[in-house]
Amino acid sequence: MHYIPQIGFLILAVAGSFLFARKAGEIKRNILLGKKEDLSNDPGKRWNNLILLALGQKKMFKNPLVALLHLVVYAGFIIINIEVLEIVLDGVLGTHRLFLPVLGSAYTWLIIFFEFLAVAVIVVCAIFLIRRNLIRLKRFISKDLNGWPRSDANYILFTEIVLMSLFVLMNAADQVLQSRGAAHYPATRAFFFSDMLTPLFNGFSDGTLTGMERSAWWLHIIGIFLFLNYLPYSKHLHIILAFPNAYFARLEPQGKLKNMPAVQNEVLYAMQPELTPADAAPPASFGAKDVFDLSWKNLLDAYSCTECGRCTASCPANLTGKLLSPRKIMMSTRDRLEEVGRNINLNKTFQDDGKSLLHHYISVEELRACTTCNACVEACPVSIAPLDIIMELRRSLIMEESNAPQEWNGTFSNIENNFAPWKFSPDERDKWATEMAS
Amino acid sequence: MKINTMAEMMAAGETPEVLFWVGCAGSFDQRAQKITKAFATILDKVGVKFAILGKEEACTGDPARRAGNEFLFQMMAYQNIQVLNGYGIKKIVTTCPHCFNTLKNEYPELGGTYDVVHHTTLLQQLIDEGKIKLKEGGEFKGKKISYHDSCYLGRANDIYEAPRKVLEALDAELVEIKRCKSNGLCCGAGGAQMFKEDEPGNKRINIERADEALETGAGFIASACPFCNTMITDGIKNREKENEVAVLDVAEMIAASMQ
Repeated sequence: MHYIPQIGFLILAVAGSFLFARKAGEIKRNILLGKKEDLSNDPGKRWNNLILLALGQKKMFKNPLVALLHLVVYAGFIIINIEVLEIVLDGVLGTHRLFLPVLGSAYTWLIIFFEFLAVAVIVVCAIFLIRRNLIRLKRFISKDLNGWPRSDANYILFTEIVLMSLFVLMNAADQVLQSRGAAHYPATRAFFFSDMLTPLFNGFSDGTLTGMERSAWWLHIIGIFLFLNYLPYSKHLHIILAFPNAYFARLEPQGKLKNMPAVQNEVLYAMQPELTPADAAPPASFGAKDVFDLSWKNLLDAYSCTECGRCTASCPANLTGKLLSPRKIMMSTRDRLEEVGRNINLNKTFQDDGKSLLHHYISVEELRACTTCNACVEACPVSIAPLDIIMELRRSLIMEESNAPQEWNGTFSNIENNFAPWKFSPDERDKWATEMAS
Repeated sequence: MKINTMAEMMAAGETPEVLFWVGCAGSFDQRAQKITKAFATILDKVGVKFAILGKEEACTGDPARRAGNEFLFQMMAYQNIQVLNGYGIKKIVTTCPHCFNTLKNEYPELGGTYDVVHHTTLLQQLIDEGKIKLKEGGEFKGKKISYHDSCYLGRANDIYEAPRKVLEALDAELVEIKRCKSNGLCCGAGGAQMFKEDEPGNKRINIERADEALETGAGFIASACPFCNTMITDGIKNREKENEVAVLDVAEMIAASMQ
């Protein structure tokens, strides 16, 4: 009987980790459905980006107050995981406060520090809930988030508050039990935050308190494993993927578009036929119609998106009421990729479902509104480039479907025939110079 | 003032210090031609030996590429690189941030590698070197100027300081627009939007940007891109402020203030 909690804990830990690993494997598989792109150059710069952008959250500091609040939740969340390590070991070994004899009086200070973080996380999450639901900032009430995404954000904040509260409650009950010299509850010094709550628990019997402490302990750790498995379905996945996404962020100037060597060669062979290799095959397709045609980094971007909407809030098209929202581009890409993933889970290989990212998820009107100004790329705190996806879809629209607005067709023919986007005679290109001479 | 083409220079056995890439707007657009002329005047005055490609210059392909027409872009790039490499061009200056971005960032992997600078960078350099001498108490002294960041200069290529340094040399009071530098709002022309109607929405982007610029209360809005210039000017006209607020290129302001 004595081992039942330990066995229960082991089952929980193994099942929780296994399910998470399985879903993580699926996500990795989905990301690798994208086209190859070599992003391994200059590791020094990449590590620098990882440290500054992901760990240091540099972009968040464009708004220092919000950045600081976010940092509290993030740091709290990460650092408290050290306490989770003790909880896991206690769970496996059937011990209680395993680290106490090792750390001695430092243990109390450590727990006080964790409790301080826990309380700070609770306060900030409450502020974030208020920002989302009462103050109703524009980027949070946007229609992009209607339905699941809006609930997702609230669930995350609510869960964090619950998890942190359970941690503090557990310590409070523990402290009352300690003061009564209850067995299995070794004495520590007062934990400050939970110590303030002890008067609320003084009236309970040892049995009730033990039940409370154990329930809080179990709910806390069950909650953590549930949350771990919730991550892959949520915008909260960014706490993991922000790191690889910052590392693999493009290092070139933002203004540089990805070259299309296939088209470059087509043009070269047309101009200099003698260079055409004997086995030259025309490329299969141009640009991206579906997620398979995007690069793996574009797909990693989609999974890294935390739907904060800073991109959309800075998008000139969106600001002036156009349909385009860079955040929605990322969310649509992830939705489509998840749909493709489910299709593969079901059929082993992808079976044509008659849908594609272009048209079924992202419309022509959205794509046409982009000014390629890079405001969305600049705004993203987790190094996502929505413009990359927009451009690949535009390329497919023009080169696969010849789908351009009438004015653009005119522009193209002017560039081709008159070497300028307007219908001027190329002979007049230096007219201004002759005017200066006279 | 005689503007030489590369062909003329070659024929005379001369090599220019720098090629002035004029761009389509600078060549054909009546408003942008004034910027071109102002910049050519500055180069001439300070004695920079430059040439243009003249009729041999063609669109870099930027609007085609950004609209999604990679074939047309590659054709234009091929043609331009043939011409530039044919003349053995080493250094290029351009008054258009779109041409600048394409020449600097996108041509190298297609075989066209040059030292490309934007005219605001060259102007700053010429001022720093003391080659451009400005009038004491020029037209802009003590006046409020707000600078509109071009996306293809700013975010695309991280050039925020050069145009501001040039404006500071005018002894003017530089007032920033609320969204500026890396947060700057697009004028609405990029990505080939210049050449088509806006998608359905509730406001034109250039009017939004003009409103933001008008908020500063500055009498001058400085631009560093011919397309931004057109867009903001249209926005100002839409608000019927064209008599109070002038939209000028950085080069025009310098040309008007030189000794």
